[in-house]
Amino acid sequence: MKGFIKKIEKINFGLMSPEDIRAMSVVTVETPDTYEDDGFPIEKGLMDPRLGVIDPSLVCRTCGFRGGDCQGHFGSIELARPVIHIGFGDVIHKILRSTCNDCGRVLLNNEQIEEFTTRIQDAMDNRESLNNILKEVYKVAKRELKTMPEDDEEVDPKYCCPHCGAPQEAISLDKPVTIRQGDYKLTASEVRERLERITDEDSFVLGVNPKVARPEWLVLTVLPVPPVTVRPSITLDTGERSEDDLTHKLVDILRINQRLLENMEAGAPQLIVEDLWELLQYHVTTYFDNEASGVPPARHRSGRPLKTLTQRLKGKEGRFRSNLSGKRVNFSARTVISPDPNISINEVGVPEMIAKEVTVPVYVNEWNMDEMIKYIENGPDVHPGANYVIRKDGRKIRVRNEETKELILEQLEPGFIIERHLKDGDMVLFNRQPSLHRMSMMAHEVRVLPYKTFRLNLCVCPPYNADFDGDEMNMHVFQTDESRAEAKSLMRVQEHILSPRFGGPIIGAIHDHISGAYLLTRDGVEFTEEQALQIIRKSHLKLPTLKGGQWVLKDDPEFGEESYIFKDEGEMWTGKELFSLLLPNDLNLSYSAEISKCPAVFPAEDANVVIKNGILVQGVIDESAYGSFSGKILDKIVKEYGPGRAKEFLDRSTDLAICGIMKTGITTSLNDEEIPEEAQDRINEHLDKKMAEVDKLVESYEEGYLQALPGRSLEETLEMKIMQVLGEARDMSGSIAENYLTMGKQSDDDPYDHVMAVENHSVVMARTGARASMLNLTQITACVGQQAVRGGRIERGYLNRTLPHFKKGELGAKAKGFVHSSYKSGLDPIEFFFHAMGGREGLVDTAIRTAQSGYMQRRLVNALQDLQVKSSGLVTDNQGNVIQTMFGEDGVDPAKSDFGKPADLNKLIDEIRMEGK
Amino acid sequence: MKIDIQDHMLVPKHEIMTEEEISDEFSDVDYDFKDLPKIKSDDPVVKAIGAEPGNVLRITRESQTAGEFVTYRIVEG
Repeated sequence: MKGFIKKIEKINFGLMSPEDIRAMSVVTVETPDTYEDDGFPIEKGLMDPRLGVIDPSLVCRTCGFRGGDCQGHFGSIELARPVIHIGFGDVIHKILRSTCNDCGRVLLNNEQIEEFTTRIQDAMDNRESLNNILKEVYKVAKRELKTMPEDDEEVDPKYCCPHCGAPQEAISLDKPVTIRQGDYKLTASEVRERLERITDEDSFVLGVNPKVARPEWLVLTVLPVPPVTVRPSITLDTGERSEDDLTHKLVDILRINQRLLENMEAGAPQLIVEDLWELLQYHVTTYFDNEASGVPPARHRSGRPLKTLTQRLKGKEGRFRSNLSGKRVNFSARTVISPDPNISINEVGVPEMIAKEVTVPVYVNEWNMDEMIKYIENGPDVHPGANYVIRKDGRKIRVRNEETKELILEQLEPGFIIERHLKDGDMVLFNRQPSLHRMSMMAHEVRVLPYKTFRLNLCVCPPYNADFDGDEMNMHVFQTDESRAEAKSLMRVQEHILSPRFGGPIIGAIHDHISGAYLLTRDGVEFTEEQALQIIRKSHLKLPTLKGGQWVLKDDPEFGEESYIFKDEGEMWTGKELFSLLLPNDLNLSYSAEISKCPAVFPAEDANVVIKNGILVQGVIDESAYGSFSGKILDKIVKEYGPGRAKEFLDRSTDLAICGIMKTGITTSLNDEEIPEEAQDRINEHLDKKMAEVDKLVESYEEGYLQALPGRSLEETLEMKIMQVLGEARDMSGSIAENYLTMGKQSDDDPYDHVMAVENHSVVMARTGARASMLNLTQITACVGQQAVRGGRIERGYLNRTLPHFKKGELGAKAKGFVHSSYKSGLDPIEFFFHAMGGREGLVDTAIRTAQSGYMQRRLVNALQDLQVKSSGLVTDNQGNVIQTMFGEDGVDPAKSDFGKPADLNKLIDEIRMEGK
Repeated sequence: MKIDIQDHMLVPKHEIMTEEEISDEFSDVDYDFKDLPKIKSDDPVVKAIGAEPGNVLRITRESQTAGEFVTYRIVEG
């Protein structure tokens, strides 16, 4: 498309008149064929060269442009008989029903016409919707007689035309395009004649603006033929030509049109003409819409339904949703993701294969000339190479073989653009669907790696909600320096550690990262000097200096010696000391660790974390320290030392946690859920007691002793009490089991040493917040508990009972879905069935919830997308209307807030108190 | 007996601003006070305080985030 610069002044929606179509047409198509046997297009055929060209070597006969520049030109078909347009069947029906069958006037009296005309005109002037007025017009103007009167029979005037007095027989629409008056089927010509009779004034009242459309244009007499660019034919490998579906349909139309014309000229019987006419109507109908109800779809020779005009536009794969609202983009890649704890959170591992395919445009200048020459020498197949070169005149040359390389190197000078391979350090956009929040698309630095998956640091799994069970992610490469710079300052991973959702860290440690830190920092973990130095080295931390037979850690002249750690040569190093190496020298903090929720922590001090001058004095590192969503240390580091420091902290702590977990090893098996027999006995005894309690409740209800609680019926009271007892039953059996599920050593006298194995890693994971919960563990060991459907005990199934194994109206625990067994001992068939019921409800709920929240989000996004916040805090829409005079009423950016508040006073007081000490 | 809705705990304080107050308040803001959010002239509070179309109301209400927040609304008409 060259040489056309036009400005759109206005857009007009209306109907095309037959004259418009003829004026637009460059050729009247008459021959139902495409090409001659010699391969040339037939004049006046569907591939007439005047309709436009596709082949760049040909010149268009109409506009003179070559293929590719010629945008194509419409032709037309003169229909032998008029045909109703499928899209307007109901409009035509409505209009005919509201106009006189005899004189063609609208079935309103003069006052009504005047009233509606002014109302419509007013609404149009005020740009208001006409829908409601028009609905009223069509309702008032409807006068239908079920049966036509015999001659000289008196008819109620409300069924007659107010202008000529003719009684009005009902007009019905047989979807999609057949219109009947009584039992008589109106032909398209008759319909068109009636529409022609309507005056301009009347048509305005009926909602057809005579300035842009006339009612009779709803019936087609001339059919526009789209240019060949809209329906290109494809040449198959065999040399055979395959035509587009639209061309096939147009051939059908032309063929029938031709036959109809011949028959009419030859004076064929009325019956034959009508049959052909109906066939023409069918072909034109399916040409517009091949999925219309009541019309059998037109099929290809192979039996495949044809894709005609409506099918091209409609639905998810249609032009709108898949080509206009969304488009395929270049410089993007998609593959499976897998974890890599050795790369930074800011990085993404890109397979070499992808790095060689997607490129970055680089301007050649004096200073990068040597580098660019190397890329071109490497070519498209060796990694840091180049795929294309754009010369100063804008010509794009592909780097192919040695010859082209030499040619390019000869010409190469500043000002050329080299499309070079992706290399380490490039900024790319990384995304995982569904993109629900801004952290779903973040900018990463490239690390080109072998193999075929994208690699990402485990800390960025929570914001993307990614796991590695087959998830795929997309990568986009920035093509301009502006976009790259903007992304680097606004979209980098480290800028998104704090979530605007709750003002805390969303990027943080998960799973082994947490349990690893616990295993490293808990009481009694010691390392020899050699082991310690190895860990420091492996974690890429600053090596300690040896001064006069003493190791000095964390020595930084900026801070006092109270934040240094001194170690004599040969002394043992504790895990807490190693973790302290990660902390800023002036960090002071105290909080309760996640394991403080555990009733028996040994030693008890481990549950309270104290960090003094950047040294972990006591307490263990677990989820509360640096877990995603909850990490206290991480939160403080981002907010006070900035995202760069926080990124470093996360990267280094990952390395350290890996060392910690590798020292001990972490493993789990069903043995972890083993409890002694005496415990099992206690649980059973307890459950029996609770069952008896339930039976007693049921008994008192049946005998009428039960007192109803205020505001509840007797049945509801019983149900509530039973639920309460059963809840207690599960909780108690759980806490009995929990007494035996301990992380490891419980006292100094314990016979085993926790570093050496006889410890429970399932419990370690649950207590530190790494994965699973104590509820999960007790359900495995002790008792699964009550299954619920619709928030209550299970009620459904047979008449007055859940299963035929029970008596009708039975109210006991077992009969309504209480599962006594544990997952480990196994569920009996009845329990299993109830458990499946509860489980299914959960699945259905999540499925429904995602659909509902997705739609809700869509509506919210559409409503809020144009709002903007000015630097003064003013929120306006794109019209300038004020939404809020101060953003959020306090002007606070939630991502920069402290868990939603502008400042956390308790924290500030704590800090001041610590400083005072 | 007619209840004064302004005494209700859920109805924030609405006041009609004088011309002087309007020019004071909106002279140095980066929006036109005519772009302020609108309130219907048949809104119960508007009728209760007797505001006319074109009047600007100052609404002082409790805010979850800011404690107390002052916002403005222009009577539609």
